[in-house]
Amino acid sequence: MNAAHAHDAHHDEHPSGMTRWLFTTNHKDIGRLYIGFSIIMFLVGGILAMLIRTELLKPQLLFSPELYNQIITVHGLVMVFAAVMPATTGLANYLIPMMIGAPDMALPRLNNWGFWLLPPAAVLLVMPFILMLFGIGNGAIDTGWTMYAPLSVQGGLGVDFAIFAVYLMGASSLLSSINIIVTIFNMRAPGMTMMKMPIFVWSWLITAFLLIAVFPPLVAGVTMLLADRHFGTHFFNAAGGGDPVLWEHLFWFFGHPEVYILLLPTTGIMPHILSTFSRKPVYGYKAQVYSFWAIGVLSVVVWAHHMFTSGMPVAAQLYFMYATMAISIPVAILFFCWFATIWQGSMTFETPMLFALGYIVLFGVGGLTGLILSDAVADQQYHNSYFLVAHFHYALFGGPVMGIIAATYYYLPKITGRMYNETLGKWHFWQTLIGFNLTFIPQFFLGIAGMPRRIPDYALQFAHLNMLSSVGAYILGSAQLLLVYNLIQVMRGVGKKATTQVWEGAQGLEFTLPSPPPYHTFETQPVIQ
Amino acid sequence: MSARKVLALLSGLGLAALVAPDAAYARYPWEFPTPVTPVAKETLWVHNIFLTFISVVFVVVLSIMLYSLFFHRKSRGAMPATFTAPRTKLQFVLSAIPFLILAFVDYVVMGIPAYHAVLAMANTRADAQMVVKVTGMQWKWQYQYPGLHIKYYSSISTPQAQIHDQEPKNKNFLRQVNHPLVLPVNEKIRVILMSKDVIHSWWVPAFGVKEDSIPGFLRETWVKIDKPGVYRGQCAELCGVGHAFMPIVVDAVSDDQFKQWVAQEQSREQTVRAQQAAATAVTYTKAQLVTMGQKVFTANCAACHQANGMGIPGTFPPIASGQPFSAAPNMIAALRKRGFITPGGKIVEGPVVDHINIVLQGIAGTPMPAFSSSLSNEDIAAAVTFERNDFGNHTGDVIQPAEVQAARAATQKP
Repeated sequence: MNAAHAHDAHHDEHPSGMTRWLFTTNHKDIGRLYIGFSIIMFLVGGILAMLIRTELLKPQLLFSPELYNQIITVHGLVMVFAAVMPATTGLANYLIPMMIGAPDMALPRLNNWGFWLLPPAAVLLVMPFILMLFGIGNGAIDTGWTMYAPLSVQGGLGVDFAIFAVYLMGASSLLSSINIIVTIFNMRAPGMTMMKMPIFVWSWLITAFLLIAVFPPLVAGVTMLLADRHFGTHFFNAAGGGDPVLWEHLFWFFGHPEVYILLLPTTGIMPHILSTFSRKPVYGYKAQVYSFWAIGVLSVVVWAHHMFTSGMPVAAQLYFMYATMAISIPVAILFFCWFATIWQGSMTFETPMLFALGYIVLFGVGGLTGLILSDAVADQQYHNSYFLVAHFHYALFGGPVMGIIAATYYYLPKITGRMYNETLGKWHFWQTLIGFNLTFIPQFFLGIAGMPRRIPDYALQFAHLNMLSSVGAYILGSAQLLLVYNLIQVMRGVGKKATTQVWEGAQGLEFTLPSPPPYHTFETQPVIQ
Repeated sequence: MSARKVLALLSGLGLAALVAPDAAYARYPWEFPTPVTPVAKETLWVHNIFLTFISVVFVVVLSIMLYSLFFHRKSRGAMPATFTAPRTKLQFVLSAIPFLILAFVDYVVMGIPAYHAVLAMANTRADAQMVVKVTGMQWKWQYQYPGLHIKYYSSISTPQAQIHDQEPKNKNFLRQVNHPLVLPVNEKIRVILMSKDVIHSWWVPAFGVKEDSIPGFLRETWVKIDKPGVYRGQCAELCGVGHAFMPIVVDAVSDDQFKQWVAQEQSREQTVRAQQAAATAVTYTKAQLVTMGQKVFTANCAACHQANGMGIPGTFPPIASGQPFSAAPNMIAALRKRGFITPGGKIVEGPVVDHINIVLQGIAGTPMPAFSSSLSNEDIAAAVTFERNDFGNHTGDVIQPAEVQAARAATQKP
């Protein structure tokens, strides 16, 4: 630590232009790269979502079914791996060293590598679309983001591209997770014990452990898939002694914890925002930390609740059902702590606070509907229907995406030194809230009425609700342009200068630094009492 | 500016509602389709009780939040409290109450009925009066009544013209089949699921049943329908380009009607077999075969090889010779071995016998399925003749049903 300190201390200048970003080992630069990348991919995934809703606007075929399957698959993969995960990783890179009073991440060069693996992965996901235009291959992966074998064994070259994208994204996630764990364990300022760490840091510590636990099985799975596709193995081919359900287990052993990998960092940012805008300390710090642990542990032992219709012994069905229900308790504790944090506060409603409150409501719906889905018998009706689609969008947009947007507005003045346009921010919130609910409430009813997911064309009784949902999606999609506009304005230096504390009630080491913070911070570590 | 954008979108929404198409057929489904089996009734009950519970939780918690948002705001002069955890024993106990309620609902209100429901649903064998075998394949279902020697395919019967908007869509658009599954009411029927290629999922919402059909494995579920009627559903697991187009229609009839249907079906199968034997003996003209073959091709081959015979690059080879094609190595090797592709990667018409055999047996390890059990000699002869004389192919070959029969016989020898 001392060596790193001595090295960093003597210069504050840095290369400019491309090389600054390409070779940077500075946690703030890398954090910004992650967030910028994530916003670009959020727009790419968003455009794909708009295409999906346009196809479903009316019961007719606008695209060929192949193309539609490719669009839904790439939408899922881009949003999960290239939009939400990099956003939370970016926040971790930017914030964790400042929150724990460290000069930088523990492994800066590895940090750089971790980020620069991502753009090639995103290119691999999207490139088959472009190759198709030149007559090479038949487009992107079209198996759904779950890549179920043997459909994925059958697929075209898009599947191979996706497999290599998973390799790169997996490597990137593992590198950043290792870095975060090492940083948190070794670089905290003197006096900052584990139980004094900001909650966001705790949430990322659990997330990083989860990533290290569950990404390797997925990488093993896609490697077996690659071998089945090209080297004549039969891991997933029943005719050769393989087992298609094995893929489902490998995928969901990754896939379920992945939900919490997306979610936990934003549950960690919530208490910061709620406490700032209610001018009141965080309620139930210990309860929240223990809940993170409980969620982390439970999340790796409930995966097969995604497979209730795949056929399972009674004992397994009962186990996965009851284990899934258990997650509702620690999640409910988090909600309780959030409510208790704002209770009897002195609240104001700036944009980050609005998004944080919206998070509570929308993620609440996602959590509550998840509770019904845990019932192994009722799940027969919900599984793979639009009810499920609505549920996981409430859980993943209502949770992580709302949380990331809240965090973006909350830290934007700190990062850029400029206040964003509050009016536009509020418009963004209300339009997002209305658009989101208009998109996904009809989908609950579509699912209940019997509409399966991943179909480009549908029976006529689903027509009206689908049209409503598509109109909602256009409102939701266009709302995000307000965010982009607001960000561009701030980056161009429009807006009031932000103060050091930025928000009246903001606490934490990061709010003791000027806005924007200097390139190198905490070269001398602060001492925490 | 943003205000105007929102207004424009909102008025767009109103406009969309005015010009909404097909309004005559739209119903507003707020609830599961009326359940007609014990499992579906159980599911509806669980659904309703839980929806009520989560709605109450949502409203109560939202009200508490809104109360706080209204009264604990700075603009009303609220002073922030400083508590960070329960301070007294009483508070500690009180704060545990919501979680105890939640656990009670999870494991008692929901958990106990769910336990019984899981057991009931898994009990496919006790008292089962009949077995139906359902085989999923890209992209149709095969229904088989093992005790009754009845076996047939059930595929979508919505005309392509309706799907491509060339004619008005009928009321069962995408949810109609050429040959529905017929089941007797009030009998417990064990449904066994299998798959020929990828994972499919057999879902009829009114039965509350959704079970995957998985290649290489048997899965099972059961139904006991208590009301005659026509029940519609569709495949619920993404299974490729035809996923949206493999509906399930179940015709539930009284016991007498079912017996009649069985008799009819058995005699029909006999007639069909006799007709097929007769047809095998017939010699057709090339024109007749091409006309018949076009129909067979459209119904069975066009989904992959496309109506224009161009296939889909990388996956499904073209039928038209001279077209370039590249795909996974096993596919190319299979085509090369049979003489259907040049070293330069162009499709050619290989030997007639191999062509017939590909259609009969499929190509193992590739998506090409075997049609030996689903198509007659006549159909295959017609389809192969059509393929060899259309799409710019001019082999002039005429294949008679007897040749297909000969190919079948050849493969059945040890």
